[in-house]
Amino acid sequence: MSAIWIIAVIFVIAIAGYFLARGRALASAGSDPRKMHSLPVYYGTNAAMAAAGPALLILLAWLIAQPLLINNSLTQYLPTEIRGDAGETSLAMADVNRIADGLDLAVAQGAMTVEEARNLSVETTDIRAELAAVGVALGSDVDAATLALAQRYRGATALGDILKAVVVIGLSLVGAGIAYAMTNKDFRARRYVESAVKLILIAAASVAILTTVGIVLSLVFNTIEFFRAFPAADFFFGTRWEPSFSGRGGNSDLGFLPLIWGTLFISLIALIVAVPIGLFAAIYLSEYASPRVRSIAKPMIEVLAGVPTIVYGLFALLTVGPLLLSAFGANGSFHLGWMSGGTAAMTAGLVMGFMLIPFVSSLSDDIINSVPQAMRDGSLGLGATQSETVRQVILPAALPGIVGAVLLAASRAIGETMIVVMGAGAAASLSMNPFDAMTTVTAKIVSQLTGDGEFNSPETLVAFALGMTLFVITLALNILALYIVRKYREQYE
Amino acid sequence: MTLETADITPPATPSGKGKSLLAQDTRTKKRNAAETRFKAYGIAALAFSILFLAMLLFAIVRNGVPAFTQTFVTIEVELPADVLDKNGNRDIDDIKKVSTFGYNPLIQDALVAATADIETDVADGDLKKMLSSSAGATVRNAVIANPDLIGQTVEFEVLASSRVDGYMKGRVEREDLERDRNLDAAHLDIVDALSQTGGVTRKFNWDFILGADASESRPEQAGMGVAMLGSVFMMLVVLLLSLPIGVAASIYLEEFAPQNWITDLIEVNISNLAAVPSIVFGILGLAVFIQFAHLPQSAPLVGGLTLTLMTLPTIVISTRASLKAVPPSIRSAALGVGASEMQTVFHHVLPLAMPGILTGTIIGLAQALGETAPLLLIGMVGYIASNYPDGIASGFLDPNSAMPAQIFEWAKRADPAYYERAWGGIIILLVFLMTMNIIAIILRRRFERRW
Repeated sequence: MSAIWIIAVIFVIAIAGYFLARGRALASAGSDPRKMHSLPVYYGTNAAMAAAGPALLILLAWLIAQPLLINNSLTQYLPTEIRGDAGETSLAMADVNRIADGLDLAVAQGAMTVEEARNLSVETTDIRAELAAVGVALGSDVDAATLALAQRYRGATALGDILKAVVVIGLSLVGAGIAYAMTNKDFRARRYVESAVKLILIAAASVAILTTVGIVLSLVFNTIEFFRAFPAADFFFGTRWEPSFSGRGGNSDLGFLPLIWGTLFISLIALIVAVPIGLFAAIYLSEYASPRVRSIAKPMIEVLAGVPTIVYGLFALLTVGPLLLSAFGANGSFHLGWMSGGTAAMTAGLVMGFMLIPFVSSLSDDIINSVPQAMRDGSLGLGATQSETVRQVILPAALPGIVGAVLLAASRAIGETMIVVMGAGAAASLSMNPFDAMTTVTAKIVSQLTGDGEFNSPETLVAFALGMTLFVITLALNILALYIVRKYREQYE
Repeated sequence: MTLETADITPPATPSGKGKSLLAQDTRTKKRNAAETRFKAYGIAALAFSILFLAMLLFAIVRNGVPAFTQTFVTIEVELPADVLDKNGNRDIDDIKKVSTFGYNPLIQDALVAATADIETDVADGDLKKMLSSSAGATVRNAVIANPDLIGQTVEFEVLASSRVDGYMKGRVEREDLERDRNLDAAHLDIVDALSQTGGVTRKFNWDFILGADASESRPEQAGMGVAMLGSVFMMLVVLLLSLPIGVAASIYLEEFAPQNWITDLIEVNISNLAAVPSIVFGILGLAVFIQFAHLPQSAPLVGGLTLTLMTLPTIVISTRASLKAVPPSIRSAALGVGASEMQTVFHHVLPLAMPGILTGTIIGLAQALGETAPLLLIGMVGYIASNYPDGIASGFLDPNSAMPAQIFEWAKRADPAYYERAWGGIIILLVFLMTMNIIAIILRRRFERRW
């Protein structure tokens, strides 16, 4: 019985439980709801929840655990030389699973009878061709050992499926039964329903924790795997980034330094553009602009924040890059020859700077607005001009907050992907020239994970190590920035 | 500090008698000049940002609008029965046996006929370079859809090749063609002549909005439709998961959570996740959904799950803000007439907060719709989205692309004709985002209450 049918049965039980329990509660109160502890709907809901909740949870756990357990127990039947290597084991097991699923599919489509599928042998049947006929493509011909394992897998899975259906549906019936048995007019059904709802709310809130745990685990495990295949010192202190996808014997140079250099260089350019413009725009909007100007200009700047980064990326690649090249390239209007291609650190940095303007300006705007009016009035009352007030009173007071905003912007810049993938070029270099092509941590995560490399090769796994460093850097910046901003807010609240 | 004080206090010795109060002294002038300068910096910064916005919009519109029109060539194709239906019984399976290659000679004949009056040194066999290589398929599909056409001479509007299209749009110049194997300047003379007689026309191209992606060599045929469906399915997943989970999480944190370390942990997690780079969510999606759970690669379901995790913090933050905005008196009143805490929240607080929650959700969805980086890692790029999904289930599970991923894919291709399509795709994407944001603004204006 497939999971969908089990779920359907559980729902039927839950609905039946709802009406039965509701009826029983009403009956015990002589059809007078005023004599009952809770509203009738709670008695029914209680029974329905008891029928569906635990059963669905167990079903979910079972669906995840069963294939893992069966595969684990089958690995011991693999030849020892395959079992020794994790990669080979997973490949062999993938083959086994594919054949088993293919046979099930063949039976389901009527290409084989159940007996035929059970009594297959490699000598008499071309299993590969048979499975290809039902749409399952196998990489190689099937040998007897693999087929035996596949049959074993099918046997275990079939047994597991029956057990699963019995246990889950049984649990659902038991739940409904207990809830029904407990139901009478004095049963505090609302309490039970409400605590169950609260559990659901708590579960939803813990998705945030689960996501973080998921991120950390997926990064950590793959990073450890990477450092097993590639020395950590060469990664962190290597100055050359030249991955090779052809040679599998560790011929790659996977040095981290050129990437982090490119990342920081581009982020620095972006901040040099974004911080002054964003800050001055914020100061003007909050201290000088009339309400009318403010109501027009502020949304316009915020439009920039809503533009997807792919748009900025395309703008960098197709507009800003060629524009810069025509100014600073060898044949450019200044005949400088600084730039040899449209994609460069400058291109990506400039566009990223524009992207960050609304980020810096709206954060700084909030912060400047939260400086108490009394401080402005005091300064102006002493005869300071408005700009003197801004420079000598407001900015020093708002400085921690602004530093926080700049840090948040920096973390954005470091984690930005599309603009650098499209605008910064692909060559990793430790150049000082902002018009050279450079590459960043994020761009290399993309290129290493979208290539055709094998999943277990260091060239692919390095992306997880890069992701880990990126995660740690941005997390540290964010925590620091949030801490500073919060400290600052408390000062004036 | 002393320096600054000295700056503001007037000079110790009076600077001479007879000076009018109305005349500014040098220092005041200096201070006023500094004031003007400072203000000017502010205006300049503001003007610069707005100028940049204008430049961006100008670049998008100028480069993208041509993608919505396409050049078509009108030809009259003879559809002889002895070629297309040898048995003469109009059996659809027999007709299907003639491949698109079988139609190419017919199209060539039609082209020769169309250009009969034009003097040219282009060989007859080279004429078809003016047309998209999809022309054969266009004619074939028409014939299969309506076998009665066989034996007649039918007028078809077929796509011109991307070079001809570029020439009509002013993107391709005659000089560009010197080193081009795909088209000669002589072809352009024919195009000029044909466009005067109406044989070559440029008109609005719905296929760009609704059609499927095409292979690298046929930019004129590529469209956004399939990727758009991919995005729609992805957004469905995001909406169905992130709205309930986000609202439930916010209700717990805002209304029920006790002040303890677990609550703190959840809150710290949410605020940090909101600032984690989107590419990291892509890594998470790759490792958890594809590597661990073996969900199909490039499927909108996986994209939707990944984007859900990314959007949740945004939705939680905005939902909590709108729950917080419901005044405590509502809660007190409900509790006062005997509602339980849960009833208070679900019957009174939540409905009042709903407009704010929906606004936040739409903005979160808009963010997710434009996100590209995570999609690169789970394989929604590089896949040529040329098939429409044939049902709801295959819409969620079959490989597909998404709008931003499709734009990125086009921008990566070598043919400059694809750049035009990438810009055009951005217009479509921005129209979607604008619509969503306008809906959010209207919702907020109409339904949000100020207490």
